[in-house]
Amino acid sequence: MTDTTTPPGTAVREHGSAAPRPSAPVRPRRRTRARATAGSGRMAALLVSPTLLVLTIVVLYPTLMALHESLYGPKGLDPSTGFIRTTEPFVGLHNYAGILGAAGQRFWNAFWNTTFFTVVTVGLETVIGVVMALIMHQAFRGRALVRAGILVPWAVPTAISGLLWRWVFNSNGIANAILGRQILWTTEGFHAKVAVVVAEVWKTAPFIGLLVLAGLQVIPKEVYEAARIDGASALRRFWHVTLPLVKPALLVAVLFRCLDALRMFDLPYILVGAQKNSVETLSMLAQNEASNVRFGPASAYAVILFLYVLLIALAFVRLLGADLVGDRDGGKANRRSLRGILAPRRTEVAA
Amino acid sequence: MKTRTTRALRCSAPLVAAGLLLTACGSNGGSDSGQPAGNTSFEGRGPITYVAGKDTSGVVQKVIDRWNTLHPKEKVTFVQLPTDADSQRQQMIQNAETKSDAYTVLSLDVVWTSEFAAHQWIDRLPGQRFPLQDMLKPVVETAKYRGGLYAVPASSDGGLLYYRTDLLKKAGITRPPATWSQMTADCAKVKRLPGTEGMSCYAGQFQKYEGLTVNFAEAVNSAGGVVTDASGKPDVDTPSARKGLDFLVGALKDGTIPKEAVTYQEEDGRQAFQSGKLIFLRNWPYMYALAEKSKLAGKFTVAPLPGLNGPGSSSLGGHNLALSSFARNKATALDFMKFFSSQDSASTFLKDASLAPPYARSYDDASLVKRYPYLPDLKQSILHAVPRPRVVQYGDATSAIQQEAYAALTGAKSGAQALKDLQSALQKSTAQ
Amino acid sequence: MTRTANVRTRLLYLGVAAVVAYCLAPFYWMLVSSLRRTSDIFDTSPLPSPVSFENYRAVFDPSQGFTRALLNSLLVAGVTTALALLLATFTAYAMARLEFRFKRLILTLIIATSMFPVVSIVVPLLKLFTDIGWINTYQAMIVPSMSFALPLAVWNLTTFFRQMPDELEHAAMIDGCTRGQAFRKVIIPLAAPGIFTTAIITFIAAWNEFLIALSMTNKSAMQTAPVAISKFAGATQFETPFGSQMAAGVLVTVPLVVMVLLFQRRIVAGLTAGAAK
Repeated sequence: MTDTTTPPGTAVREHGSAAPRPSAPVRPRRRTRARATAGSGRMAALLVSPTLLVLTIVVLYPTLMALHESLYGPKGLDPSTGFIRTTEPFVGLHNYAGILGAAGQRFWNAFWNTTFFTVVTVGLETVIGVVMALIMHQAFRGRALVRAGILVPWAVPTAISGLLWRWVFNSNGIANAILGRQILWTTEGFHAKVAVVVAEVWKTAPFIGLLVLAGLQVIPKEVYEAARIDGASALRRFWHVTLPLVKPALLVAVLFRCLDALRMFDLPYILVGAQKNSVETLSMLAQNEASNVRFGPASAYAVILFLYVLLIALAFVRLLGADLVGDRDGGKANRRSLRGILAPRRTEVAA
Repeated sequence: MKTRTTRALRCSAPLVAAGLLLTACGSNGGSDSGQPAGNTSFEGRGPITYVAGKDTSGVVQKVIDRWNTLHPKEKVTFVQLPTDADSQRQQMIQNAETKSDAYTVLSLDVVWTSEFAAHQWIDRLPGQRFPLQDMLKPVVETAKYRGGLYAVPASSDGGLLYYRTDLLKKAGITRPPATWSQMTADCAKVKRLPGTEGMSCYAGQFQKYEGLTVNFAEAVNSAGGVVTDASGKPDVDTPSARKGLDFLVGALKDGTIPKEAVTYQEEDGRQAFQSGKLIFLRNWPYMYALAEKSKLAGKFTVAPLPGLNGPGSSSLGGHNLALSSFARNKATALDFMKFFSSQDSASTFLKDASLAPPYARSYDDASLVKRYPYLPDLKQSILHAVPRPRVVQYGDATSAIQQEAYAALTGAKSGAQALKDLQSALQKSTAQ
Repeated sequence: MTRTANVRTRLLYLGVAAVVAYCLAPFYWMLVSSLRRTSDIFDTSPLPSPVSFENYRAVFDPSQGFTRALLNSLLVAGVTTALALLLATFTAYAMARLEFRFKRLILTLIIATSMFPVVSIVVPLLKLFTDIGWINTYQAMIVPSMSFALPLAVWNLTTFFRQMPDELEHAAMIDGCTRGQAFRKVIIPLAAPGIFTTAIITFIAAWNEFLIALSMTNKSAMQTAPVAISKFAGATQFETPFGSQMAAGVLVTVPLVVMVLLFQRRIVAGLTAGAAK
C-alpha cells in the first residue's frame, strides 16, 4: 500500500530497536507516537481522505438536502383548480412541532416500539451470537461447513425472510401447528411484537456470531494456554480473558446491529403489516409520510430518527473510545499484559 | 388494491424525505389547469414506453409486439415494475418528481387517478378519442378527476360471492342469497348437515390492508350508506353506514365469520374456501379458475354480493392507462393508448390473463360466457359497483378507513365510535 | 480425564447441533415450501409430496432474466466489497496505527453517515444520477452502496487491526521492512479471519440491497437479483407467487454460502500461510 511514504516509518524504525522488550514497553512507545505526530498526521490525512470523499458524495450531500427539505411543508391543494400547488411552503420547524405535538401519540408509540425492538433484539442477538461464536471456535469435524451454514439466515434477503416468517406465523401456519393453538400473530397485540423479535433475532444473530468468532480467531492461542496453566475455570477464562479480548469486535458488532435495529422497517412491514400500532417503528412513520407525498414531514421524521441514532452512536464511541480510537486512558491493561506474554514469540514470528 | 402478499416484497420506501424542491408539475403539454385538453398539445412521434407491473402471462408483450409490427417507427418498450402496487406507485412518483421522460404510458390502479391528476403528473386526455360510450359507466368514472378525463380504462374488476353449490343443494336451497340475513339463514341450514361441523359461514378480506378498505366500503354501500358522497365529501357517520359495519362486527362476534378472518387477505380466504372451511366467500374473479383446478371443482359457483335489504354493491378494481406529463412523443402515446384499450386488446387480456374487460359487450358474448361462466355475475357486480373514495390523498383516506374498521372488527372500539372517528379523520385528510 | 473429555465432546456436538438447527430450521421450511407444487402451497407437512421443481423452473424462465440478475448482483456486490475493503483498509490502518488529531471526530463522522436511512438519500441521488446520465449503469448502484458498505468495513477493520499488537510490525521493521511492507506481510495475514469476515458481511449487505438497485435502473438487463425477485408475479394479480419467491430465496442464498465455503479455505489459508512461515 504505502511503501513509498517512508518518513513516519523511519522515525519509528529508529526507535523500534529499543521497543520489543516485555519489561518496558509502555513509555517509549508513547514517546514515539508523540514524535511521529506531524508526519503521521499527513499520512493519516492521505489514508483517510478517500473514504471521507466517497462518503461526502454519497451521504452528506443527500443528507443536507433532507435536512433542508424538513423545513418545508407539503404542497397544498388549490381548491379553485383542483390541482396541487407547485411549490412547497417554507414552514420552519413546524413539521417537527407537528410530529411531537399533533401526531405525538403515534410518534411516541413508534419511538417506544423502535426502542423496545432495539433493546430486546440486540440483547438476544448478543447472547445467542456470542454463544454461537464460542461453540464455533472449538475444534470439531466439519467446522468450516457449519461456519458457512450459520451464514444462511444473514444471507437470506430481508424481504424474503419477512415473507418466510409471515408464512410461518400464518393463522394456519407451521408455528401454530407446532404450538398446537391458534394465535393470530399478525393482529394487534404483544404476540405481533414477539413474531417480529423472533424473526429479527434469527436473521441477525449470525452477524454478531461471525464477527465475535473472527475476534476470537485473532486472539493468539498462547493467551488461552497461559490462562489455562494458571488453572482458571472455563467460566473465569471466558469472563476474564476471552470477553475482554473480544470486547472491541463485539461492541462494534453490537453498535452496527443497534443502528440497523433502530432503522428497522422491512420486517415488521412485511411480517405484520403497515400501520399496526403494535409494531410500527419510526422508519415506518417516515415511509408513510413519504408515500403520501409529504416529503417535508417525512424528512423531519428521518432527521429525528437520525438524531436518536446519532446519540446511541456517540455513546458507543465513548464506550469504545479506549479500544478503538486509541485514547491512552485505561482500557489497555489487558492488551498490555497480553503483550507481556507474547512479545518473545513475536520476534520469532517476524524472523 | 394489490394484496399485501406481493406488496411485501417492496423493501423500504423511497422518497422519504430528500430534498427535491421541485417546482414540479403543470405547464407541460400546454394543458392549463381546468381547460380541456385539445388534440394540439399531443405532439411528437417516435419510440415510447409502457410502464406497468410485471406480467407473467406474457400477454402484455404480445399485444405490444402486435403494435410494434404495425408501427415500426413508433416502437413501444415495456418497462416492468415490481408486482406489488405500492412499489409501482413509488417508482412512478419518483419518475414524476425527477421529471424524467423515461416513462410514457402508465398503468395506474383505479384508486390512484385523483392523486396523479391533482399533482399534474398525468395529462388530461381528449375524451372523444376513446370509445368511452361502449364501456361500463362506473369503470369510466374511475378515470375521471373533477369531471375531466385523465386516464382510459384498460381493465376492471369487481367482487363476487363464491358459494358451495353442493352444500346449498343438499340443504334444499336453490338460489344464492341476495341479503345478509338470507345468507346467515342458509348457513344455519347447511350447518345442520352432517360433516359440516367446523365450517364457518362467510369470510372476506379483513386483514388491515387495502382489502379491508374494499370490504368495509362494500359493507357500507351494500347497507345503503356511503363513505364519501357524490361530491367527494366524507359522510360515513350515518345510520346506514353503521348497519353495514355492524353486520361485519356482529358476524365476527357470533362466529358467522371465523375469528382468524381478521388475518385474511385474498389468498388466505381462497385457501380456507378450497380446504372446505367456508360456505360463502367474497373474492375477486381471479379465484374462479384456481378453484376449478382444486378439489372443489364443480362444487361451487358465484353470485353477486349480498346486501342488507337486497343485492349489495362491490368496490371497483382494475387498471387505467394514463399519459405521463413529462413524456415525449405524446401523439404516438395517444394512439398506443387507444390501441391498448381497444375491444380487441381487452378480449386478448381476458383470454390470456383473465382480466375483466371494460366493455359492456364482452360480458354478453356467448362464447366468452361459455369460457368464463362468471361473466354475467361480474357484469352485475361492476354495474352496481361504487368506486372507493375518490380523493387526492387516497393514501391517507384508506389508512384512516383501515385503522377505524380494524379497530371495530377486532373489538378495540365500538362501531359507533369507529365511524365517528373515521368521519373526522376523513374530513381532515380531504381538507388538505 | 477421558471421561470428562468425552462429556465435553458430547456437549460440544450438542451445542453444534443446536446452532445448526437454530440457523437452518427456518431455512429448511423455505426449501420445503419451494419444492411444493403451487396447488400444495398451503400444506404444512414436513416433506413436500410430491416433490416439484415447478417453482425453480418458474424462477429460471427466460422472461424473468434471473440468471442475468444473479450476474449483475455478483458484479455490483463484488465491486462494492472490493472498493469498500480497499478504501477501508487505508482508513482503518490510519485509525489503528497512527496518532492524529480529530480521530474520534472522523470515526464518529464515518459512522454517522451510515446512519441516515438509505430511503432518504435515494431521491436526491436519483436526481443527481439522472443529470449525469448514470441511470441504468453499474456505477449508479455501486457508488450509493458504499454509503453502508464503507462505514461497516472501516469500523470492523479498525477493531481487528487494533487487536494486532504493534510489536509485530516493529519487529518486522527492524528486519528492514518498510512500514507498508510490515503491515502487508505481518498484520494483514494475522488479521485475515477478521478481514475475511468483514468482506463476507459487506458483500452480503451489498448483495441484498434493493431500493437503490430498483430506483437507478429501468432496464431488465440491468436489474439485480433482489429486484428480479420483487417482480415475481403470480398468474393473476392476487395470486401469491410464494413458492417461486422461496425458490428464489434459496437460489440467492445457497451460492453465497457455497462461495464463502470455497473462499474460506483458499483465502484464509493463503493469507495465514504468509504469517505462519
